Amino acid sequence: MTPPRRKRRQPRHLPPPPPPLPSPAPADGQERPRNPERLYTIAAGADGARAELDLVTLIVARSGPTPSASPEEAAVLRLCIAPLSMAELAAYLQLPFSAMTVLITELIAAELVQARAPIVRQAVPDRSLLEAVMHGLQRL
Amino acid sequence: MDFKGFDAFPGPRTEDQLPHTAQTAVKIVIVGGFGVGKTTMVGSVSEIRPLTTEETMTQAGIGVDDNYGSDSKTATTVAMDFGRISITEKLVLYLFGTPGQERFWFLWNGLFEGALGAVVLVDTRRLEVSFDVMGRLEERGVPFVVAVNTFPDAPRYPVEELRTALDLTPEIPIIDCDVRRRASSKDVLLTLTRFLHSLALSGSLT
Repeated sequence: MTPPRRKRRQPRHLPPPPPPLPSPAPADGQERPRNPERLYTIAAGADGARAELDLVTLIVARSGPTPSASPEEAAVLRLCIAPLSMAELAAYLQLPFSAMTVLITELIAAELVQARAPIVRQAVPDRSLLEAVMHGLQRL
Repeated sequence: MDFKGFDAFPGPRTEDQLPHTAQTAVKIVIVGGFGVGKTTMVGSVSEIRPLTTEETMTQAGIGVDDNYGSDSKTATTVAMDFGRISITEKLVLYLFGTPGQERFWFLWNGLFEGALGAVVLVDTRRLEVSFDVMGRLEERGVPFVVAVNTFPDAPRYPVEELRTALDLTPEIPIIDCDVRRRASSKDVLLTLTRFLHSLALSGSLT
């Protein structure tokens, strides 16, 4: 039996992906149905700029929950006593990732949390980084 | 509004907390068709119970075919399972299992752009479902290896026959695996990391 065949593709320059907006405005004035399970209105300035937050940006609390913190903010400040990735935070708080970035952007602006940026793939890869990953995997 | 009691959200167990020394993270993406074993692979090597992160996709993002979540007229929730491996006290590796359709990828900022590399998990019974994802990775210059999850009733092809069928360059590793086994999943990740390292040595990674 012969397997089906594929044709290889070449690298090309793609336009940057659209930002992950959770809910663009409805096109024709049609009312947007509400989804009671989702907390999109979690942060007031949701239309503002977001920090460059990756799925694996590590978030660390700079202080404990403040008296003025919203329940969501308090939960983040409590969970981030130890570093926690954006993805884990979104999972534990059961929020869509885009809603999580809005919340964390506000906490960064208020200097209540610190973000530790990930290492991303580069044109010239970091060999020592890859060697560290290899050694770490070998110990599994 | 019901906040469901945020204090009730458990967060990580004490033993699942990262040390304070954790400075930075890297990610590897495991991509493949539905039911090919992405989540099983994540779970077999992860130090934490796999978690799920969600994003909501509006209809504009769903695309022409509407077979995914077609019961929803306005929005579809797309879930992605992930796991974690502490590499050193300072460095953490995250593994994300994601569907192969590109229309899901833009939902998560930099999912592929920032990843060290990808594992394309294939099932030889449905080899063609992985064709498009390989092409997309090639177009984006994301280095990947191919891992064949060896289901018992799946056809077995010699590696060179697979390489020809998948039109892969000779340096791209193709490895058999059983993602239910930790050692096997670990081998796949090591194969990818060694491949990335060889690209770094040859300076051919773009």
